[in-house]
Amino acid sequence: MNILVCLKQILDPEIPARDFRVVAAKREAERGSASLVTNIFCENALETALQFRERAGGTKITVLSYGQPSAEDSLRKALAMKADAAALVVNDGNTNPDPLTVARVLAAANAKLGTFDLIMVGREAGDWGAGQTGGLLAEMLELPCVSFVDSIESVGGKLHLKRQTDTGWETLAAEPPVVVTVTNDEHNVPRIPKVRDVMMSYRQPLTQWTLDELGINADEARAGNTYYDVAELAIPQKETRCEFVSGDTLDEKVEAFARRIIEVTGAM
Amino acid sequence: MNDVCICLFAAPNFDKSAQGLAGAGRRLAAELDGQLLAVIVGAGADALAAEVARIADTVTLADQAELAEYQPETCLNALAQLCGERSPRAVLLANDTYSQEIAPRLAYRLGGSAVGDGVEVRVEGEALRVVRQVYGGKAQAVIELKRTPAVVWLRARSFAPAAERAESGEITRAALDIQADTRTRIVERKREAGGEARLEEARVIVSGGRGIGGPEPFESELKPLAELLGAQMAASRAACDAGWVPPTWQVGQTGKKVTPELYLGIAITGASQHMAGISEAKVIAAINTDPDAPIFKHSRFGIVEDYRKVVPLLREKLAALQR
Ligand SMILES: Cc1cc2nc3c(=O)[nH]c(=O)nc-3n(C[C@H](O)[C@H](O)[C@H](O)COP(=O)(O)OP(=O)(O)OC[C@H]3O[C@@H](n4cnc5c(N)ncnc54)[C@H](O)[C@@H]3O)c2cc1C
Repeated sequence: MNILVCLKQILDPEIPARDFRVVAAKREAERGSASLVTNIFCENALETALQFRERAGGTKITVLSYGQPSAEDSLRKALAMKADAAALVVNDGNTNPDPLTVARVLAAANAKLGTFDLIMVGREAGDWGAGQTGGLLAEMLELPCVSFVDSIESVGGKLHLKRQTDTGWETLAAEPPVVVTVTNDEHNVPRIPKVRDVMMSYRQPLTQWTLDELGINADEARAGNTYYDVAELAIPQKETRCEFVSGDTLDEKVEAFARRIIEVTGAM
Repeated sequence: MNDVCICLFAAPNFDKSAQGLAGAGRRLAAELDGQLLAVIVGAGADALAAEVARIADTVTLADQAELAEYQPETCLNALAQLCGERSPRAVLLANDTYSQEIAPRLAYRLGGSAVGDGVEVRVEGEALRVVRQVYGGKAQAVIELKRTPAVVWLRARSFAPAAERAESGEITRAALDIQADTRTRIVERKREAGGEARLEEARVIVSGGRGIGGPEPFESELKPLAELLGAQMAASRAACDAGWVPPTWQVGQTGKKVTPELYLGIAITGASQHMAGISEAKVIAAINTDPDAPIFKHSRFGIVEDYRKVVPLLREKLAALQR
């Protein structure tokens, strides 16, 4: 099995809201002191792939990213987690490419890297949260797509994809090649690579391509978005004043808390 | 060309999501001066079609054998065909699993642009704009779609329903030339125990986070509290990822978007991604040991204490007050 996992590097999405600012004129988040991390769902995807390889054997995992030069760090971390090979397409143009542009670049890089039985992406990214890369990539590659997968099993030449639904889960039997988008689950919490492996990963080969080397219309990929654009970006201001229940003893405080609850539920 | 097409997958009934979707569609169609067309894919949807026809100008039922139950590839083929024939200006879907899975691909096949998780859709000049949360709920963006049709999946439950019209729209059955695409096939479907009552419809929710510390207290402490309040139970991502409760309980940006009268968050920090799922709860209340936990910034009332001390006592007090 040949697996491709696509990774996106993003601004740490877990920084507290009070430290988060936007540059409204540029319709971008302010970098501030936030670090850059790999999108969690992309890491869930990689973890799912690694576990598949551990069970099924005979599997090669390649990681791919389209991003700023700093995205190399995400790929190095993936190598430290024991992905087999890594490739970076450097984005030297549009800092916030729309999902169609991203899928186009990934599709071209995918073709250049070889043929894959399974192409995995995160369900969405922690920054813009578009949730479209997997679906659009599948369309461009003319492959089927299954979303919200959390584990993958090889069963008699087919892949059994377990995925989450609104009310439970489903298993899909898929003939490779197939594109999947991955969501989180208790079993695909990403492993933490050893510090030594992270250091070692910087000595491993890593393929780098410019947009011009991909054989697509690079200027189009660098230019403005033709799918959608961010017209406005703002931080909504809404805070509620919290009444901390008072009382001299725990008993009094909980009594007050219970009364506030009954006020709400009693009025329903 | 100015029509709006709403797409539904044979939901068993005209629930709040379907009503919100129809309402959003009706208003957008009015703004565009077009018709509201509805497409329903899947078997057993006659009752739903009749309800939708009270709002839409036309309803098309696609319930032939190949489409009886949802299968991603076949269903996408059918929708692409149905929407393609109608050349709408906009295609609206809800934010259930299947709609999210299909929408971007549908946009691609129709030569349009998709955007998801919309909380508002409006026409501005020639363009359609959609308001949505980004950066894990820390910011709000207005997205301008550049291609037609605009394919938008919405937080449908948050949209007001439309008034019924005097005359029902016409209901027709589509006969599509379609073959089952078996490259992927759903071979097993399981409902999570307790998943019958939908979290999205709950009026009171008792929710636990990582601070709960394990699966047992969810059972021994939170569950009896929820029963007392007639509440449903939910959790933060951290509690789901720990395997303490099923993933269907997750509330937030990438979990359920809920709209209860009361959301009681216990040992949950209130990260923006969690709050993104409860922005439409009427009253949020919290129990947390940390007075600076962000959840208090969104709470109407709160108590700074160890939940292990509060919850047993709270059950006693509530039981006494309810008598
Ligand atoms: C892309 C992305 C999507 C995400 N989507 C979601 C989502 O949909 N839903 C979601 O919930 N999260 C989501 N997250 C994760 C989110 O950022 C937080 O990490 C998560 O919500 C934290 O869960 P928590 O509050 O339970 O845990 P913690 O942050 O660990 O908080 C535990 C809290 O419990 C309190 N506590 C501890 N012990 C006690 C006690 N004995 N009594 C009372 N209080 C106590 C602590 O003070 C603390 O506030 C997402 C993250 C990313 C990056």
